[in-house]
Amino acid sequence: MAVNAVFTGRSYPPTAPYAVGREKIREFAEAVGADDVVHIDSVQARARGYRDVIAPPTFAVLIAQQCDRQFIVDPEAGIDFNRLVHGEQRFVHHRPITAGDEIVGVLTVDSVKVVGGNAMVMTRSELSTIEGEPVCTATSTVVIRGGE
Amino acid sequence: MTNVVLSIKDVEVGQQLPSRTIHISRASLVQYTGASLDRNRLHWDERFARSVGLPDVIAHGMLTMGTAINVVSNWVGDAGRVVEYGVRFTKPVVVPYEGGADVEATGVVTVVDAQTRRATVELKVTCGTDKVLGRALAVVALD
Repeated sequence: MAVNAVFTGRSYPPTAPYAVGREKIREFAEAVGADDVVHIDSVQARARGYRDVIAPPTFAVLIAQQCDRQFIVDPEAGIDFNRLVHGEQRFVHHRPITAGDEIVGVLTVDSVKVVGGNAMVMTRSELSTIEGEPVCTATSTVVIRGGE
Repeated sequence: MTNVVLSIKDVEVGQQLPSRTIHISRASLVQYTGASLDRNRLHWDERFARSVGLPDVIAHGMLTMGTAINVVSNWVGDAGRVVEYGVRFTKPVVVPYEGGADVEATGVVTVVDAQTRRATVELKVTCGTDKVLGRALAVVALD
């Protein structure tokens, strides 16, 4: 297994800006059954003090997974995607993701533990607008199962 | 304001949130695959899922996580008030072709912090006898 403790603390360059659109928010909200009108009605969203429609709490995964991908496809890590299991996921929102945002993410590998041939990897994606406003911190734990 | 956000005065430790039954069908998996861009074959290719030892295709953990939080969003009155949300994926939700799967989601208030006007909800998310999300905690900002 190529994934090892050497990766701990490694950061990757910021991802290309992700343009948050109203229709993607609507599509995501429908897929997770999020029926709060704040995801689909910009007039009501503004009445609640938001600039435009806001994304459901787990929408940030769309951007965080672009961050995680940098590590997963890193040839040095040599990860077999089919052996990867999502163990934990957490979001800390500094403010709701809002239509019109352009968001970049910076991935850091917080820790790598190799136990009994499996690697447990904790990653953190710091998402912020292109203007530098922090939006969300997404942390994820994946388990990469070792070969038989 | 068009929506009433829950006031901290109306929230106490031990309070139960209304539960929801979430029906997950093969169509739900296709829809979430498209919306999330998570195209892992485990979620749509039965033959592949069986080849890695699963009984059938399984729901995206993020679909279960994303639908379960609606219990909290609806209770607090504004999805934008969910400021933290984390889960552990403990068991997969198996989604058979016939009938799909029913996931039960409910929650209980475990912490109320008057100073920050925030409350913590522990979610209980099950499918049949399986607890599918563990350590599922959401923090909400109250009025």
